Order: sequence, then C-alpha cells, then structure tokens
Amino acid sequence: MSVVVPKLQQLARKNLRTFLPYAVVIVAFVVVSVLANGGNISATLRGQLVPICAYVVLAVSLNLTVGVLGELSLGHAGFMSVGAFSGVTACIALSDTIPSQGLRLVVGMIIAAICAGIAGFLIGIPVLRLRGDYLAIVTLAFGEIIKNVINCLTIGKDSNGLHFGFLTTVQDLGMEADARVIINGPIGISNIPRLSTFTAGFILILVTLFIVINLVNSKSGRAIMALRDNRIAAESVGIPVTRYKLMAFVTSATLAGAAGALYAMNFSTIVATKFNFNTSILILVYVVLGGLGNITGSIIAATVLTVLPEMLREFNDYRMLIYAIVLILVMLATNNASVKALPAQAKAWFSRVVTGSSGSPGGDASIEADPRPDATVVDHDNQDADEQDDVSEVILDV
Amino acid sequence: MAFLSHLISGVSLGSIYAIIALGYTMVYGIAKMLNFAHGDVIMVGAYSCFFMVSRYELPAVVGVVVAMVVCTILGVTIERLAYRPLRQAPALAVLITAIGVSYFLQNSALLLWTSNPKVFPSIVGNGSLKLFDGQLSISYTALLTVVTCIIIMMALTWFTSKTRMGKAMRAVSEDKGAAQLMGINVNATISMVFAIGSALAAIAGILLCSAYPTLSPTTGSMPGIKAFTAAVFGGIGSIPGAMIGGILLGVIEIFGKAYISTQLSDAIVFLVLIVVLLVRPTGLLGKSVQEKV
Repeated sequence: MSVVVPKLQQLARKNLRTFLPYAVVIVAFVVVSVLANGGNISATLRGQLVPICAYVVLAVSLNLTVGVLGELSLGHAGFMSVGAFSGVTACIALSDTIPSQGLRLVVGMIIAAICAGIAGFLIGIPVLRLRGDYLAIVTLAFGEIIKNVINCLTIGKDSNGLHFGFLTTVQDLGMEADARVIINGPIGISNIPRLSTFTAGFILILVTLFIVINLVNSKSGRAIMALRDNRIAAESVGIPVTRYKLMAFVTSATLAGAAGALYAMNFSTIVATKFNFNTSILILVYVVLGGLGNITGSIIAATVLTVLPEMLREFNDYRMLIYAIVLILVMLATNNASVKALPAQAKAWFSRVVTGSSGSPGGDASIEADPRPDATVVDHDNQDADEQDDVSEVILDV
Repeated sequence: MAFLSHLISGVSLGSIYAIIALGYTMVYGIAKMLNFAHGDVIMVGAYSCFFMVSRYELPAVVGVVVAMVVCTILGVTIERLAYRPLRQAPALAVLITAIGVSYFLQNSALLLWTSNPKVFPSIVGNGSLKLFDGQLSISYTALLTVVTCIIIMMALTWFTSKTRMGKAMRAVSEDKGAAQLMGINVNATISMVFAIGSALAAIAGILLCSAYPTLSPTTGSMPGIKAFTAAVFGGIGSIPGAMIGGILLGVIEIFGKAYISTQLSDAIVFLVLIVVLLVRPTGLLGKSVQEKV
C-alpha cells in the first residue's frame, strides 16, 4: 500500500496536468453556450467569441515555439496571415463545389493549415540555424515580408479557374466578365462568407490541445524540451537538433494557419496589414502572461486579455492605457524577487501573530514555539525569500 | 544623377536609423534587453520639439534642447520604474514589460495629443543645396542629418574609449559582476546609458520628422523596428555596427523603393537582413561567442 498510494497520487497529478486544459475549455464552452442561449451575453461579447477561440489556438501554438522549444518568435501573425488568406481564398473558390458551409469551413481550415505549415517549413530551415535574439529578429523580418508580399498579391476567379497576379492590378489578370475578385492587393479580401462559428472555434481548440499536449508528452516532445534545456547536452546524446526544432516550429505554424482561417471568416473584410508586428506581440503577451510552457495559462490569458479591453470599454479612451499599465504591473509583480516574497512574508508574519510568539526576537524562535510541521515550512519559505531578497539587493545596489 | 540623389537620400535616412539604432544597441550591450519602447521615446521627442517650435514659437535650438531633456528624463524614469526591478528576471519578462511601456507611451500620446497627424516644420527650413547647375539638389535637412550623425558617432567613440564613464560602460557590458567588484556603480552606469540613448532618440525623432513631416502617436514604431533591425544587422551591442547597419539599411530601402518596387521596399530590407544573418549569424560586426560545454 505504501508504495501504491504515492504512485497513484503521481498519476493523478500527471493526469490533472494533461486534462486540465481540456476541462477548462469544455466547461467554458458549456457555460458560455448556456448563457448565450439564455440571452445573457452582451452583443459585443458575442462578437468576441470566435476571435477568442482563434487567439486561444494562436497562444497555445506559439507556446509550443516559445515555451516548449524555447525560441522567441516575433512573427506568429505571419503564419496567421498565410492561413487567413489561403483559407478564405479556398472557401470562396470552392463555394460552388462544396455547398455545405460546415464542410467548406473545415476544408478551408485544412488548406490554411497546410499552406501555413509549408510557410513554416520554408521559413524554419534558415531561421532555426540562428540563436536567441538573432532568431527573434529574423522571425520578425519574415512576418513583415509575408505581410508585404500578401499586400502585393491579386487573385481572382472566373469560369476558367483561378487567376494569380503579383504587383499587378485586378484588370491585368484578364478575367472574364463573371469574375469574382478574391484578393485585391492592399484592399485585401472583401465580402468574406461568414462561416466561422463558436462551435467550430471550440472544436479547433480541442484539436489544437490534442495535438500540442500529445506532442509535448511524447518522445519527440521530450526531445524538444531537452533541446530547450540544454542544446549541447541534447545534441551529444544523439538528438537531431534540426528535425525536432522544425517539428515544433512547423506544428506551431500549422495550427496558427488554421486559427487564421477561423479568425478571418468571422469578419467580412480582412487586409494584410492587420496581421502585423503588433498582432504577433499581442499573441506573445498571452503566452508570457499565461506562463511559458503552461497550456492552461495560455488559454486563460488569451481569453482574459481579449475580453479585458471590451470590459474596459466604459473607460473609453483610457482602456488601452489601463491595459498597458496592467501589463507592466503584472510583469513586475510576477518577476520581481521582493514582490514575489511578499505573500510568504505575510504568511510568516501571520503565523507568528496567531501563535502569539510575535514578541520573540527571530524566526528560529517561532519554529521552536510552534510544533506544527507546516509552520516550519512557512518559515523556511520566508527565510528563502529573505535570502533571495538579500542577494538581489547586493547585486542591485552598489 | 538620379543614382547620386537616391544615394544621398538613402544615406540621410540611414543616418536617422543609425542614431536610433545606437540607442538600441547601447542598451542591449549593457542591459542585455531589447528596449521596444525606444521607438516611442522618439515620438515623444518629436512632439516636445513640435510644441516648442510651432505652439510657443521658440527658436529651433530651444526645441531640440527641450526635446533632449524631456526624453532623457523619460528614458531614465522608464529604466528606474519598469526595468530596474526586473534586472534578475528572465529576458522575456523584461521584453514584455518593454512592450507594455511602449503601449503606455503610445496611448498616453493618443490621449494627450489625439491621433490627428501634426505637420512638423523642418527645423532648418525647406531649402536645398543645388549642385551641378541644379541637377542635383540636397535638402538642408538631409545635410543636417548626415552631419549630425557623423558628429554623434565621433562623440560616442570618444566618450566610450576615453572618459571614465565610457570605460565604466564598456566594463559593465563586458561583465557586470566583475565591474561591480572593481567599484563601478552598475545602476548609475545603466541609467547613464538610458539617458544617452534617449537623448539620441530625441535628436533622431526631430530629424525624422523634419525629413518626413507627419507626426502622430505611432510615428516612432516603424522606424523603431527598422532601427532595431539595423542594430542586429550590424551586430547588436556594437556601436560602429549600429552605424554601418543603419546607413546600409537606409540605402537599401531607398534603392529598393527607387529601382524595384515601392510596395516591396520593406520586404527587400528584411530579406537582405535575413541573408546577412545567414552568412554571418551575429551580424556584420558582432562578436561570435564561443560556446563552452
């Protein structure tokens, strides 16, 4: 028995970590669906549901690159853009072939995912040779290039099929009279069929979670994390660096592409400049605030931070200012040693007051005064934090 | 002649990038962080100068000095409040904080000065120097930009190699711990770097808006990204690298616009960056660090 119980506990903990993201998403979906059916959700929030799903998928997929692989990517919106434009183009081109809207959306998202995956593969080969900040700047550069190239693209459809043009106007495509312009350069795509639904978004999130969580828990996932923790050590035990880096990067790009298609088909028009550097940064903020490598964290952060500006709408002009301040304060609160030590200190102080030994001179006295084991733990934490604090003070204040 | 004229405008734009890139590269060299708020400090500098010159009708010199003072104070304050508490934190946390500061500055500017673009008057007037019987004209703004850039470069080289503070700066960027043991005040040195970088940002903002006279709260962000690219291009952390990277980037951008395609000029700039980084993974003048196991 004594051996079995810890094993079971360990198993339960592992399962919790694996299934918590699914549970969070399913519960959220059920609650929101019930509320929406009862008419308890405001129109603005209802309009945000599909973008929230898209951002959740984007955050989880970027977490694979930044959190699990450990490489900073500043061009995630580029893959979203590739997915959005290829997915919508496919859906418009197939409008006669596939009458069912749901099926068309699925096909569109799959095509979007494949296109973004190919883009991720092509970009990943040169990018993943670089390290650290150089890698980050090259992903930024690719994001900007994708934006620029799509901005110059024209695609139209007529009875003869699809027509592609680059740096040309729609007239140069030489299409028949019945032509439908799909991508019109900097004007982007207009009259997009609104195929995306909250349910589709929910399913895409589940698929994403399934892919990412299974990848992380597989042999490949462990290899990827080994590369993150110590590349040289991983290489020396025979882990092929490029293959596993590419695997994580391409998976991430593929999912971002599907999310891009979902996102685009919620609006009637999209333009390439929408998927710029700021969008990449927005997704990165979700990942970092949610916690690197923490999937549930990404889901919650993406949801809260998409809803937050809407909630702050009553502050009107000040809402983005408040958003910025909240962002800075959260980063300071979660990363500063002296701020982080505050709860432990407060707990220790509280336990001292409760046990009535507040008059005792030092922390050691309170351990002796209180026989409970957790009091020792608390005090140990406190000492630890104090030590950390001292070290940081020594380093910071000259 | 057209080639020469493009070259001059390229060097002039590149000089602005170079001045901004100096701020990025010095901060990166010493604090090992990407200061994404740098582009918005440029915008604040340009607005300060704009209000001094256009609203209060003070001479341009006063505008420049006021902008430099405002930006210096702003830069040091940002460092003190937002970056210093995170000195021991992981790099990504500092990056996100810098992005937060950038949002904060942009949105404050939006509230204070609205999103309506202001027309920025060039601080040296709109005249130009005519050469070769008027075939080649160089605007005074372009001349001023290039001259300013050369002066800044020389002053910075002198400062970092000859003065006590400059040597302290290099020591801190080499090894923070060892510098501290030698009695260097690390915090004061880092503040100094932020002060210099922000003052340069003010100058860059004024020059940028003199050449491209629309000023709005987002004016700084794209030049900021380009200058950051320039800093990486030249090898981040290296002062001459930032200079070379900036000027090359400006020239490539203008040539790309003139000879290939206006719409694709940004893509060309970034493509060149990628090619350079693939050949030299630490930039043109960057030191490649040997990895030890």
